[in-house]
Amino acid sequence: MRMPAIPSQPFPLRSGWFFLTNWGCGSVETAIKVENLSCGYDRRPVLEDLTFALHQGEMLGVIGPNGSGKSTLIRALTRILPLSRGHIELYGRPLQLYTVKEIARQVAVIPQLTPVTFAFSSLDVVMMGRTPHLRRFQREGPGDRDIALDAMRRTDCLAFRDRPIHELSGGERQRVIIARALAQQPSILLLDEPTSFLDLNHQVEIFDLLRHVCASDGLAVLCVSHDLNLSSEYCHRLMMLKDGRTYADGPPEDILTHGHIKAVFETDVTVIESPYSGSPQIILKPGD
Amino acid sequence: MKRPFILVLTAVVLFAACVFSMGVGAVYIPAGTVLQVLVDHIWSTGALEPARSATDTIVWEIRLPRTLLAVLVGAALASSGGVMQGFFQNPMADPYIMGISAGAALGATVAVTLDLEFWMLGLNAVSIAAFLCALAVTMVVYAFSRRGGRVASTTLLLTGIAIGAMATSFTSYMLVMGGENQRQLLFWLMGSLSARRWDHVWMLLPYAAVGLTVVLIYARELNVLLLGDEQAAQLGVHVERVKLVLLTAAACLAAAAVSVSGIIGFVGLLAPHMVRLIVGPDYRILTPMAALGGALLLVLADLAARTVMAPAEMPIGILTTVLGAPFFLYLLHRQRRV
Repeated sequence: MRMPAIPSQPFPLRSGWFFLTNWGCGSVETAIKVENLSCGYDRRPVLEDLTFALHQGEMLGVIGPNGSGKSTLIRALTRILPLSRGHIELYGRPLQLYTVKEIARQVAVIPQLTPVTFAFSSLDVVMMGRTPHLRRFQREGPGDRDIALDAMRRTDCLAFRDRPIHELSGGERQRVIIARALAQQPSILLLDEPTSFLDLNHQVEIFDLLRHVCASDGLAVLCVSHDLNLSSEYCHRLMMLKDGRTYADGPPEDILTHGHIKAVFETDVTVIESPYSGSPQIILKPGD
Repeated sequence: MKRPFILVLTAVVLFAACVFSMGVGAVYIPAGTVLQVLVDHIWSTGALEPARSATDTIVWEIRLPRTLLAVLVGAALASSGGVMQGFFQNPMADPYIMGISAGAALGATVAVTLDLEFWMLGLNAVSIAAFLCALAVTMVVYAFSRRGGRVASTTLLLTGIAIGAMATSFTSYMLVMGGENQRQLLFWLMGSLSARRWDHVWMLLPYAAVGLTVVLIYARELNVLLLGDEQAAQLGVHVERVKLVLLTAAACLAAAAVSVSGIIGFVGLLAPHMVRLIVGPDYRILTPMAALGGALLLVLADLAARTVMAPAEMPIGILTTVLGAPFFLYLLHRQRRV
């Protein structure tokens, strides 16, 4: 798909990301504030004492090995998993004071590619994104339909709006899911490994699309991924988790270093600069 | 096809089937006369002469309540099955296969054996007992078959079989010990609409009406639930609350049907699947269509049950099972291939 040319580094001064996220209009708004967050399953802690903030207009990549608590963080932020300690604020208001619907009007989640067994059309699925905006006895109106169609136009999936979603390819299906998230009209987007199980071309396509819509809507984005190179290429800032704790937090060139990766992933790598964007990229070193 | 059109069309077909079915029996009554009796009773035109009062009694007191029951039982079972298929995200779900009908039958037999013959707020003791047992079975099956947010077909079916078998053996035990109630109890195991009167219609109607209304109100949430619990919650659906409401409504519908007709199997499986082929997976159209389709299916099955070995009557549960079981096997085969 063709996207308008977007500079791959919207932030010319890489070291000063926090000054630049306000796009020159007053102070930076904090979308999500997490303080001393601990949570887990059946008293087995997965996240421990996590503190960070996500600002409006910022794309934050959360990286770390399997089991470091990346996906658990998304479940905690959408209140699917109760916290055992600490607290979360959305726009200065404690998360537990929001209703389920209010959360869904602020926060949309794009899950990893999941198998579907039902035959809803793509448009039906995108229309489900309107759910948090409808009252109990309210039906979707033409306004909701327009919002859904506009979201599908932006993610370039109008062409298959009437096709059943289970017949689409992985990349097409993920674009429909992104359209559904946009139809929620959120101000925060949480991405949970959005490109795992996708082919290389679709990985780039999906991330180009995400960067484009997030920049034009000024969304706050938190992207959980195990793909270090993609995260480094597309995120303004990376947070590296190890055993449920923050190991390092900052701009990609400060985070993706030989030392950090050796400590967290227990792997020797060489870090080079991308010839396209200058972002740090990992080269794996094979064992003997 | 436009949705209102297909709904109206099915309703018209259902009405025609009902009128035809009311004409068939030991005494054949032409459809015109049937309609005349109905119009006469509803608007009391007095068009019928006293000489026709025998016809009047047959249509109004015997065949109409029976046909209405077929409509209500079919609609209740089909919408209950449709909801459960969505709820469990599993095409094999059905009140009969999951042992819920057997649970309701157990509740009903317990009430009859213990002579619990009271009416409370217009609700009959037998229906209440059936509802409570059906709800209990549903909760147990749900709790047992849920693993990590998903309900696997095998555990769902096996739990249903185990619980259903247990409920049926308790029912059989009461049947053996039942004494003079034996014939009445046997009826719950076989499933039949014979000798049903207006009383039974009033017994079923409140449950069916409430259950169907709830299921229709929550159709949009049920659609979103098809995406899985987690995504549904992230789209603003109060998952646990909606699930409890839907499960209670589905159990209520199944129990209401069983308490007046006994166990009639596979209607909840057949009707929603057939309708899904025509209107697709959207529960906002699927639920009302499944209710109409289930009603039509049961009216036709009842007609067949009364006529194939006339003057004797075949229990309708035997007929629907003979039709439904091969379809169930087909679904099982298709699922294994996927």
